Amino acid sequence: MFGKLSLDSIPFHEPIIMVTAVAIGIIGALIVGLITYYRKWGYLWTEWVTSIDHKKIGVMYFLVALVMLIRGFADAIMMRTQQAIAAGGAEGYLPPEHYDQIFTAHGVIMIFFVAMPMVIGLMNLVVPLQIGARDVAFPFMNNLSFWLFAVGVILVNMSLVIGEFAKTGWLAYAPLSELKYSPGVGVDYWIWALQISGIGTTLTGINFFVTILKMRTKGMSLFRMPIFTWTALCTNVLIILSFPILTVTIALLTLDRYLGMHFFTNDMGGSQMMYVNLIWAWGHPEVYILILPAFGVFSEVIATFTKKRLFGYKTMVWATVVIAFLSFTVWLHHFFTMGAGADVNSFFGIATMIIAIPTGVKIFNWLFTMYRGRIQFTTPVLWTIGFIITFTLGGMTGVMLAVPGANFVLHNTLFVIAHFHNVIIGGVVFGMMAGFTYWFPKAFGFTLSEKWGKRSFWCWLIGFYVAFMPLYALSFFGAMRRMQSYEQTEWQPLMIVAWFGAVIIACGIACIVIQLVVSIRDREKNRDLTGDPWDGRTLEWSTSSPPPNYNFAYLPDVASIDSYWEMKQQPGGFKRELATKFEDIHMPRNTAEGPILSLFALLFGFALIWHIWWLAGLGAIGMFVTFMFRIFNNDTDYHVSAAEVEKTEREYHKRLEMQA
Amino acid sequence: MATDTIKQHDAHAHDGHEHHDAGAMKIFGFWIYLMSDLVIFGTLFATFGVLANATAGGPTSQEIFELPFVLVETFLLLISSFTFGLAVLAQNAGDRGAVLKWLAVTFLLGFGFVAMEVYEFHNLIAEGYGPDRSAFLSAFFTLVGTHGLHVTFGLIWIAIMFFQISKRGLDSVTKPRMLCLSLFWHFLDIVWICVFSFVYLIGAM
Repeated sequence: MFGKLSLDSIPFHEPIIMVTAVAIGIIGALIVGLITYYRKWGYLWTEWVTSIDHKKIGVMYFLVALVMLIRGFADAIMMRTQQAIAAGGAEGYLPPEHYDQIFTAHGVIMIFFVAMPMVIGLMNLVVPLQIGARDVAFPFMNNLSFWLFAVGVILVNMSLVIGEFAKTGWLAYAPLSELKYSPGVGVDYWIWALQISGIGTTLTGINFFVTILKMRTKGMSLFRMPIFTWTALCTNVLIILSFPILTVTIALLTLDRYLGMHFFTNDMGGSQMMYVNLIWAWGHPEVYILILPAFGVFSEVIATFTKKRLFGYKTMVWATVVIAFLSFTVWLHHFFTMGAGADVNSFFGIATMIIAIPTGVKIFNWLFTMYRGRIQFTTPVLWTIGFIITFTLGGMTGVMLAVPGANFVLHNTLFVIAHFHNVIIGGVVFGMMAGFTYWFPKAFGFTLSEKWGKRSFWCWLIGFYVAFMPLYALSFFGAMRRMQSYEQTEWQPLMIVAWFGAVIIACGIACIVIQLVVSIRDREKNRDLTGDPWDGRTLEWSTSSPPPNYNFAYLPDVASIDSYWEMKQQPGGFKRELATKFEDIHMPRNTAEGPILSLFALLFGFALIWHIWWLAGLGAIGMFVTFMFRIFNNDTDYHVSAAEVEKTEREYHKRLEMQA
Repeated sequence: MATDTIKQHDAHAHDGHEHHDAGAMKIFGFWIYLMSDLVIFGTLFATFGVLANATAGGPTSQEIFELPFVLVETFLLLISSFTFGLAVLAQNAGDRGAVLKWLAVTFLLGFGFVAMEVYEFHNLIAEGYGPDRSAFLSAFFTLVGTHGLHVTFGLIWIAIMFFQISKRGLDSVTKPRMLCLSLFWHFLDIVWICVFSFVYLIGAM
């Protein structure tokens, strides 16, 4: 009846997990209790869960990402603590099978459920506003994408208490992930969490690609698009082209595990290296999917806060396009040690090094933008400068790893760990934090506390260096990655330093939480009614904050790059005047089909993980029927009447005048 | 051409200037989806290419492929693509009856294709040559089966389309959907030509 699922699946004998579960249970009950007490269920359902408003979906992505950041960080500090203790025969406090789950979960969560939703969340919030659109191309699909992503999050978190998670490393290399070596449900959780959320990501990619190409406002040619939108476009191309490879790779592993096929098994002709090739053919573009939008954020931030047009707009665009293209030509550098031969390794080594060129172009563009600019050292700018320095360093260790000869020595050592944290923390995390502080007032209408933002930045910056520089050093002494314990007691001092770095980063995360709490408390003081708190350059700052659900009462006309800035430079400046005539606005309706379909997807995934076949069938039928409801639903859009638009706009202008 | 038709139609239907090309946007989005689906098939073809000789002592492709049988399958699908084309022509002419008629013919041809494929798979499995016999057979069943699964979804979609058009006629909702389905159906045809050439023809030689 319940497949492999029984009461024994819950690890009652693991105190760490049980305490965590109880804590999650208490916090969860508290939240549910508060929502019930304040009677907010209806509000949540109509305003958020079923919302097809891209701004709200963006906020939900980012919120989930912040929560998962805390979960992923908990894994990180557990690992650092273990390695700080487990030297010279000491076993530490985490047994190997638990330690292996932790480093797997850490990688999976940080990439798929923190970095990805932060990137997609920012895209959701910003891109339609930047191109002067009222929504995305396929609003229902956008809501569905979010909820499919949420299913992945839920499955990963379920694995904490019900059963186990994969012990294979974040990419679940075969044959270790095959049934023979991983008979438990851990890999199955990995499979279905990534497969379901990955389909959501592919849909997002298609959605935003079409949105950017088809829904730009009048006059916004491709080379007048804001840089963030450009990077988002390139990222979506990468999503469309690479996520299907992940889908296939996971599907083939699924067939091996569920139907006894032999794609990646040791016997019957399976090819393990094919798995590694396939997963990295997706995996390498994936890192550019994450970093390109971060580059876009830095470009917007640096232009805004130096009061200058971005230096080298066109070279910035082309550098982005070239990086996107090259990202598909370097996957083999993740496994030079496969033994493909000197010629193949040389090709991929050189291709990898070439990526440093367009990236260097970008670095210089940012520097030249700052040169002779009037730099305001706000929190987003600090993140940006911290990024430029840290990322350049990480880029250089990347070029070191790209030398096949050196790679044979460094492969699978802590050097690799230090390198990719150097570029992912220094690049993606800093970028997302910069974007978070920069666009938060757009989403909520008040600015975030600068004091706590800066504290967070310094903790993250210092914490990063203290945590990861020791790992570079340790790698030269031969320290491998993913060690549950080690013999060499001389490594221990540096391991303890690294642990201390992680503690400083913990303070950085705490500062983000405090920043949110303090800023929400002081929201009236930090209220921004103009919609343009930073004296911005692009269209998103030309509407109110938070924007009405239709974004723009009138779609703006664009005549140049940084069009909003140009409007403000006209004689007389840009005035937020009330329009004289209003028209009906065509908008999509909120819909419950996305969350309901995803709920069935959750049942479907959970049932397949535990081999509960009848429930899987039920989930599949549920998804199909819900989708049919959508197809035969004729009531998917409506018109916001001109009178209503006028009322909203009048109210906004009244508040503006009162403030003035 | 199909896209233009929709554009004109919708421009007449609405005065609002931002959503007037919703139908065209749907079709463009569907093109993009097809490109991502193409990556799925591309990856499966690559996988098959890598594993084609990994027979692990099991049967080789020469021993199990029956070209005449597959040729009949191929023609069923090719003709179904033609009949779908006729359905789209009928839609452009605004002839609902003809659309339904050609949809039904396409459905039958597509159903014949899937039935033959199921028969082929059933025979292979019955002989002990199932997908768990060797890596080559895993790759073969998965590539051909993924295509077959797509055709099956196409059949379900045709059935829904048949039902919807007979219920509400040809309007701004059903017409773009028909064009998307038509793209999907032709796309599967092209993929099948690759399957026939690279898997069956080369494999049988």
